[in-house]
Amino acid sequence: MSADPLLLARAQFGLNIGFHILFPSITIALAWVLLYLSVLRLRRPHQPWIAAAYKMWVKIFALSFALGVVSGITMSFQFGTNWPGYMNKAGNIAGPLLGYEVLTAFFLEATFLGVMLFGRDRVPPWLHTVSAFAVAAGTTLSAFWILALNSWMQTPQGYIVIDGQLHAADWFAIIFNPSFPYRLAHMLLASALTACFLVAGLSAYQLLRDRDYEPAQRMLRLGVLTAALLIPVQIAVGDQHGLNTLEHQPAKIAAIEGIWHTEHNVPLLLFAWPNAQDQRNDYPISIPDLASLILTHKPDGELKGLNEFAGKHPPVPPVFFAFRVMVGIGLLMAAVSWIAAWFVLRGKVHPRWLLRVLALMTFSGWIAVLAGWLVTEIGRQPYLVYGILTTAEAASQVPGSMIAITLTGYCLVYALLLLSYLVVVTQLARSATGGQPSEPASGELQPTGTVY
Amino acid sequence: MALDLPFIFMLLMGLAMLAYVILDGFDLGVGILLPLAPRHEHDLMVASVGPFWDANETWLVLGVGILLVAFPLAYGVILSSLYLPVAVMLLGLIVRGVAFELRFKATGWHRELWNRLFFAGSLVAALAQGVMLGGVVTGFEKGLAFTLFGFLVGVGLAGAYALLGATWLIIKTEGDLELRAVRWSRFAVVFAAAGVAAISLATPFASERILHRWFEWPKILWLSPLPLLTLAALLGIRYTALRLQRGQSTRIWLPFVLTVWVFVFSFAGLAYSLYPYLVIDRMTIWQAAAAPESLHFVFIGTCIVLPLVVAYTLLSYRVFWGKVKDLTYGA
Repeated sequence: MSADPLLLARAQFGLNIGFHILFPSITIALAWVLLYLSVLRLRRPHQPWIAAAYKMWVKIFALSFALGVVSGITMSFQFGTNWPGYMNKAGNIAGPLLGYEVLTAFFLEATFLGVMLFGRDRVPPWLHTVSAFAVAAGTTLSAFWILALNSWMQTPQGYIVIDGQLHAADWFAIIFNPSFPYRLAHMLLASALTACFLVAGLSAYQLLRDRDYEPAQRMLRLGVLTAALLIPVQIAVGDQHGLNTLEHQPAKIAAIEGIWHTEHNVPLLLFAWPNAQDQRNDYPISIPDLASLILTHKPDGELKGLNEFAGKHPPVPPVFFAFRVMVGIGLLMAAVSWIAAWFVLRGKVHPRWLLRVLALMTFSGWIAVLAGWLVTEIGRQPYLVYGILTTAEAASQVPGSMIAITLTGYCLVYALLLLSYLVVVTQLARSATGGQPSEPASGELQPTGTVY
Repeated sequence: MALDLPFIFMLLMGLAMLAYVILDGFDLGVGILLPLAPRHEHDLMVASVGPFWDANETWLVLGVGILLVAFPLAYGVILSSLYLPVAVMLLGLIVRGVAFELRFKATGWHRELWNRLFFAGSLVAALAQGVMLGGVVTGFEKGLAFTLFGFLVGVGLAGAYALLGATWLIIKTEGDLELRAVRWSRFAVVFAAAGVAAISLATPFASERILHRWFEWPKILWLSPLPLLTLAALLGIRYTALRLQRGQSTRIWLPFVLTVWVFVFSFAGLAYSLYPYLVIDRMTIWQAAAAPESLHFVFIGTCIVLPLVVAYTLLSYRVFWGKVKDLTYGA
C-alpha cells in the first residue's frame, strides 16, 4: 500500500490543528467571561448566582484549556516533524513569532490558571481576580502572535531573500502584515461568538431541566445579548477581510466564489456544484451581479477567474463549500441570537422551542470556525507561504507508512477526547442544576446548588 | 555587537530543557507512581501537582521553541529523526494532560479509566523521552542495539521521574502517603542510578570525539567531579530516605533537593559531552543557528520577559507552599 506522504502529512497536520482550534476558540473569549464574573463577585460578594455560574464555567474553561494545551504542544512539534522545509526556508521569521507566543502568553496563562483553579483559599480575592485577568490576557496575546504568523504566511512582507532563505528586514511590517488586522479581528470575534453560543446553549439546556435556575437565566441573557451585538460587527469585519483577500490573494476569492473565468457582472452563487473537469458550475442558484457588487462595489465590476492562476490556485470544491457552510451557520447564529435577544429585551420568558434551538446550537461556533479556517488554509494552497514556498517543498521525507500509523493513533485519541469532552461538559451543566449525575458513585459531582 | 548569540541561546535552551525535566519530571513521576497507592490517596497525589503541571509542560514548549527559533536547521533534522518517539510522547502527554481534568469530572468507571490513562500517559511520555534522549546521545543511529539502548534509557528516565515524584510527595503529603513516598523513593533511586549509568557508559562510545574529551589527560580531571558528585547525591537520597523512614530526620525536602542535583549533574555531563554539537559530529550550534537579526529580535524580548516568567513562577510555588490538604478545585 503506497499512500501519498504529502497528503498524509497534510491530513495529520490538518487533523491536529483542526482539533486544536476548537478549544482556543472557546477559551480566548471564555477567559474574559470568567474575568467579568470574577470582578462582579468582588463587587457583589453576596450574590449566589455569580459564585454558582463561576464555579461551573471555570470547570468548563479548565477542561477546554487542557485540551488546547495538549493539542498545542503537539503542534509545536509537528511544525518540525511534518514541515521541516518550512523551518529551513522561513524559520528566521516563523521562529521568533512563535517564540514570542511562548514567552509572553503560554507561561502567563498556564501559571495563573493554576492560581485561578486551585488558589481560591490561598490568595486574597483581588489577587484571584488579577489571576483571571492574567489568564485572559495570556489567551488573547497567544491569539495575537499566532495570527500574526498565520497572516504573514498568507500575505508575506518585510523580508529579504539571501541564499534561498528568508531573512527579516522589518519586524513591524512582518507582524502587521496586510491581512493581520482583519484576520485577528475576525478570529477574536469568532471566538466571542463561539463562547456566547456555548454559554447560551448550555444555559438553555439547564433551563429546559429547571426553569428557575438563576445562574442559567443570567448566563443565557449574557450569551444571547452579546452574540446579538457582535454578529453585525462580525459580518462587517468579514466583508472587509474578503476585500483584503481580493487584493492580496485573488485566487482564493475566485475559488470561494466559484469564478472559473475572468468576467464582469459576476453573480453571487448561493449554491452550485463546482465541476473542476469542465471548469464550470453545475446546478447554480445565483443572484445576478451581487458578487461583483460586494467585492468591487460596482454591479459590472470585473473579478479575476481561476483561469488566470493556472497551476497556482487552490482546489475549488472544499473552499467553495466550506465558505458557504461558514456563512450559512453565521446567518443562522444571527437569526437565533436576535430572536432570543428580542425576548430578553421585552422581558419575556424564552419559550421551550427557543431553548431547544439554543441548546442544539451550543457548538455551532465550532462548525463556523472550522469552516472558516478550511477556507483560508486550503485557499492558500498550493502554497504554504503564499507565493514563496509550496506545501510540497516543505514536506518531510518521513515515509508514508509511519505517518499513517501515527495518524491513526491521533484519530483514535482525538475521537475519544472529543467524546469525553462533550459528555463531561453536558454532565457539568446537568449536575449544576441539581439534577442527578448519570452515575451516583462520585463525591466530586455533588450538586453545586447546595454550595451557597 | 559582540554577543555570541547562538551560544547564549544554547545556554537558554539547555536551561529550559533542564527546567522541563525537573519540573514536569516530578508531575510525570507522580503519575507513574499512582497505581502503587491505594485508591483513596489518588486525589491527594494528583492535587499535589495539579496547580503546576500546565506551566511545567510549558518549559518543554519553550525548549523546543528555542530549538525552532535559534536553530531552525537542527530543529528539522532532530524532529524528523525522532518522528516516532516524538509522536508517542505527544500522545502520552495528551492523554495524561486531559486526564488531569477528566478524572475530577468523570463519574463511576469513567473515573477509574482516566486514573489508568493518567498513569499510562505519564509512563509512556517518560519512556518516549528516554528513547529520544538515547537518540540524541547516539547521533540518531538506527538498528536493534540502538533501539534497545533507547528503551534502557527510557526505563532509567521513567525511574528518575518516579524518584522526583516520590521525593516531591514526601514534601507535599502527610501520614501514610508520606511514608509510602519515602519507601518509593528508596526503590526508584535504583532505577534512576541504572539510567544514569547506562547513559554515562554509552555516551563516550557514540563518538571518538567524546571519548577523547572524557578520558584524555588532563581533561579527565575536569570531568571527574561530575560522576563522583552524582554518585554521592544518589547515595545521599537512599540514606536520607532511610533516616526519614526511621523517624531520625525531619528534613523532608532533602531527598527532593538531592534528586534535583542528580539531574543537574547528569545534565552538565551531557552538555559537556555534546557541546558544541546539536547533532553529534554533524551540526554545531553555529551551523544550525538562525540569522543574527532573528536571534537579536528574540533575545531582546527574552531579556525582558523571562525574568517576569521566573518571578511569577516562583510566586505560584509560594502560593501553594506547604503540605497539600485536600482538593479545593475551581470554587
